[in-house]
Order: sequence, then structure tokens, then C-alpha cells
Amino acid sequence: MQSWRKNKLVFAVLALPPTAWLVIFFTLPLIIMWVYSFAERGPQGQIVLALNFANYVRAIEWIHLGIIWKSVWIAAITTVITFAVGFPLAMGIAFAPARWKNLLLLLVILPFWTNLLIRTYAWIAVLRTRGFLNFGLEWVHEKFSMLLAFIGLPDMMGEFQALELLYNQKAVVIGLVYVYLPFLVLPIYATLEKLDKSYLEVSLDLGAGHVRTLFSVTMPLALPGIVSGCLLAFILSMGTFLTPTLLGGTDSEMIGTLIARQFSSSRDWPFGSALSFLLLYLTFIMLWVRASLAGRKGGPI
Amino acid sequence: MSNFFNFPFTRRRFLQGTGAAVAAVSFSGANSFAADKKINVYNWDTYIGETTLSSFSEKTGIEVQYDLYANLEEMFAKFQAGNPGYDIIFPSDYMIETMIAADMLVELDRSRIPNFNNVDEAFLNPSFDPGCKYNAPYFWGSVGIGYRKSKVGDVDSWGVLFDSDKYSGRMAMLADMRFVMGVALLYLGYAANTTKQDEINAARDLLIEAKKHLKGFVPDSGQDMLISGDIDLVMEWNGDILKVMEEDDDLTYVIPKEGTVIWIDGLSIPKGAPHIDAAYKFIDHVLDATVNAEMANTVRYATTNKAAREHVAQSDLDNPAIYAPDEVVNKSQALADVGDALPLYDAAWTKIQAS
Repeated sequence: MQSWRKNKLVFAVLALPPTAWLVIFFTLPLIIMWVYSFAERGPQGQIVLALNFANYVRAIEWIHLGIIWKSVWIAAITTVITFAVGFPLAMGIAFAPARWKNLLLLLVILPFWTNLLIRTYAWIAVLRTRGFLNFGLEWVHEKFSMLLAFIGLPDMMGEFQALELLYNQKAVVIGLVYVYLPFLVLPIYATLEKLDKSYLEVSLDLGAGHVRTLFSVTMPLALPGIVSGCLLAFILSMGTFLTPTLLGGTDSEMIGTLIARQFSSSRDWPFGSALSFLLLYLTFIMLWVRASLAGRKGGPI
Repeated sequence: MSNFFNFPFTRRRFLQGTGAAVAAVSFSGANSFAADKKINVYNWDTYIGETTLSSFSEKTGIEVQYDLYANLEEMFAKFQAGNPGYDIIFPSDYMIETMIAADMLVELDRSRIPNFNNVDEAFLNPSFDPGCKYNAPYFWGSVGIGYRKSKVGDVDSWGVLFDSDKYSGRMAMLADMRFVMGVALLYLGYAANTTKQDEINAARDLLIEAKKHLKGFVPDSGQDMLISGDIDLVMEWNGDILKVMEEDDDLTYVIPKEGTVIWIDGLSIPKGAPHIDAAYKFIDHVLDATVNAEMANTVRYATTNKAAREHVAQSDLDNPAIYAPDEVVNKSQALADVGDALPLYDAAWTKIQAS
């Protein structure tokens, strides 16, 4: 591989397709949306180009900030749960015998081959009041009552109360964890895979227990992967709108659904663009804060 | 290669070439206008008969490209940047009004639609399109309450959804902003298309209170929740409730006594349609009595076509859930475009959803 400085032409030719793609399909639409965020809404919902900040002023009303906060909160809970489930999974795959690794990776990636909408509908069938989860719990409840009756103990179980697991925030979090788990597992797996296992052996040899090794050696070394995985899961969960629409209830309005509504029934593209860019600015501020903190500490991040 | 430069490029040759090119273009153009071979139809899902498209293709030899949209705004958004190539669309009342104002529809030439005489006169002069100049009426329906008789007894008022906690946690509503707000406004005695802020606020506060007893605002699965036992009362389209009523005798549908929001759909030709001739043939085909009756018997909505009603199943004609009695229709209103007041509705809806 030559250094790109030596053969700039080759580099330019190779870099052209992805750069063109990025500019045409990413930067240009973003610029168009940015222009729209200053525009006004015509009576039929047309976009009237103008230069006014009314949309941004409306976007930072308390009610919208409240929705953004709720989205951040749901995204944070989702990321924590996804990490708690995903990190052991990634470790399991990374330390598995070589012949199992590909199969396990395939099992993680396989759900991607099914449409997101269908997978979310499947959760409705599982979580609803007369869904598979409640059927299972009811069956266990029944058997337990039978057992108690058989032994002769009084009926302490009472009647079976189905769990209300759908059409609320819990369902949204479950749905999001399920959908974004692969996004978290794969970067962490990639980092763990490249890890020099001798570090772990050294730690164990020097007397640290497995738990101490995990927290003091494995995790810090895998930190880049963990950060990318968690960031992916967090950002994707914050912007989601399909899952709260299908699985959520009266307490699950997220910023994604609000923005989506501006581009559909409310026909207010300028306001929707302003909201989207507000989110983008907030994300940039967070990344800038993180970058300046990292710069100061001078750590591995 | 050098021969090319020796070719005498005289003015005569130039005129010959241009003449040939113009003739070719005009002849090919004539061919494409003489007989459309294809038509692009854009419609709601499950909103056409089972044999409508195939009988059209057999009758005219025109191939139908049939695309679906999930809601009107999706359809409108696609047309905002110009017609993406569709010849026939099925917009609803307020969307027809919006598209007329935005100059997106072709004024229909009735001489090309002989079957237009089949349409019931009652539908020929709606407020959203006076004189039906831009649309051919299709089906109409209502929004009402679907409920489980054994759990709820008899329901006759919107109050049970909006004003009571008797069935708290066992109720749901549509997620459609205009329809839900429209019904709330009607319940409070206001116009469903009001542009007054204080009336919109009153409806908003009513819905915020009602939300405490709802399981959710569901976009299209209210009838599934009803039949699966998740809820006992739901505000839903009459066609959706009818479908689940076929599977479960315990379910029924009612239009409450306060009246409701009625929707009317129509066929329109958007401006810039590539196959206008085929589009007129399609409208004429849909308005034909037997074709329309077959569609009505499949989708089980009320047809606006009086000639078709002679062939519609009698049980459907007698069903008040499909063909609502006149006294209910008189108290009901259709949605209209509220223009600049739409952001007011959106702000109210956001507050309802977020509180």
C-alpha cells in the first residue's frame, strides 16, 4: 500500500465515488433541510422560502424540550440495558471456539434479514394482554395453583392478572433493545477479537480474580468498541419513530414521532426541519464537549 | 474517418434532416397518444374490488400498475415536487380541497365519463369540490365506536370515550389528528373544522383528560386490539370494525348520537398524468354499476353510486354501520382544509401526546 501522498491521483480516483455519494445523498439534502428550517409554511403546507427564526423559536418551547428529554431518557435506559445484555454476548462470541464463532455471529446478524416492521409486529403478538408471554405466565400460574391444590395448601395465588407489557414505555424499551442489540454487539466483538489475550492471562497469573480482570483489564482495553457501540445504540434509539408508534402508548411520545408527524399529517416541513436541526446541534454540542474533555485528559479515547 | 469531413453539409441536407426528425417525433407522439397501454393507479390498501383491475385490463387491454399509500399526506408529499407519474389517485375530502387550491388536479371532462350519471345526486355538490369538477365520488364512511357488547352493554354517546373513566384502561382511539380533534370538537358542540384557538384548546383539554383512561392512540390496529381482548371500546373507521365483526359476534359498531366526522373519497386525475386517456377509461370503469357493486361488496364501505346499489348485498344496504341513517348523516360533518390553522391543530395534538 502506497502512502497517499506518493500517488495522489490514485487516491483521488478511489475516494471519488464514496465522496460523491456522501455529498449528493447526505450533505446536499442536509443543506436543503437547513434552508427549509428558515422557511415558512404556506396554507396548503407548501414551503415558502424566507429567512425567519420562527421555527426555531417554536422548536425550543418547553413542550418540545420535554419531549427531547424523554427521548434522551428512553435512549439512555435502552443503551444501559443493551450494554448489560450485549457485552456478555460479545465476550461470549469473542472467546468462543473458532468453529462456533461464525455461527454465533450469524445468529446475531440474522434478524437483520427480516423486515424491521415485521419484527416489531411480532413483539406486539408476544407482549399484548393475550399474547404469548401472558399465555406462558398464565400456564405457569395454572400449574402452580394445581400443584398447591394437590398438596392441599390453600389457594394463595388468586386469579391470574395479565401483565400490561404493551402500549407503554416498557414495550418501547424492549423493542429498542431488541432492534439495536446487534449494533452494540458487533463493534464490541470486533474490539475484543483484536484484543491481545495475553494481557488477560497476565492479569490472572498475577493474582487478580476473573471479575477484577474483567473490570480492570478487559473493559478498559475494549473501551473504543464499547464507546462506539453505545453511541450507536444511543443515537439510533433517540431518533427512532417506528417502535414508539407501534409499541408505545399514551406516555411514549418521542422526538422521532413528533418530527415524522411534521412531514406527514401536519404538513409543516419547515418546522420539522427546525426540530431535526435542533437535535443535530445538540448532538454536535455533546460531541464537542466530549472531544474537549478527552483532549484535556489525554486518555485513550 | 476522412470521408466524414468530405460529406457535403449543405443547407438542403440540413432541411431534409430536420424535416425527417420532426416527422419522426410527431408520428411517435401520435402513436403514444392514440392508445395508452399502461396506467398508474395510486390508492389506499384494500380499497378496491377483487376483479376491478383484471376486468379493466380485459375490457381495454391497458395494463394497470397499482401502488399503495398509507395515508393522504404521504401521497400529497410525493406530489409536492410534481407528479411522479400517476394517472389516478383516490384523495379524500379535505385533501381534494387542498389539491384544488394547490392546482394539482385536472378538471374532469364529463363527456369522457358517461357513467358519471350513476353517481347519487346527494354527493354531486360537496363543499370541498362544488359541482364535483375535480373528482368522481367513490366511497364514503364514518368514524364511530367499536365495542364488545358483553363487557360494555349499550353505547350511544361519545361521552363514554371522552368524558368517563368507567372503562379506564380498556379504551383506545385513532392516531389521526384531524379526525380525533374533529370528533372532540363535535362532541363539545363546535364545528369540526374550526380555526378558532379557544375551541381547539377546549378540545385539546378534553382529550388530555380523556388520555388518562386510554390505552393509546393507535394508527390502524384498533380493531385488532378489540378482537384480541386488549380493549373493549375503540374509536375506529367503520370498515375496520365491520371486518372484525365478521369474526366475532360479540363486537358491534355505533355512530354516537352527537354525530361524527364523515369522510368521502373520490377518484381524481392529477395534473401531469402521462396516460390521461386511460385515466378517463378507468374512472368510467369504476363508476359502472356492476363493477362498483362488486367493489362495494368487497370493501364493505358505502358507495356513492346509486346504480350500483341495486347490486349491493341487501344485508349491507340494511346495515346502519355502513349506510348510516339520514338523521345521523345530517348531524355529521366532513373534514375541510383548515389552511393556516393546521399548525394550531398540530400544537394541540403535540400537547395531547406529550402530556
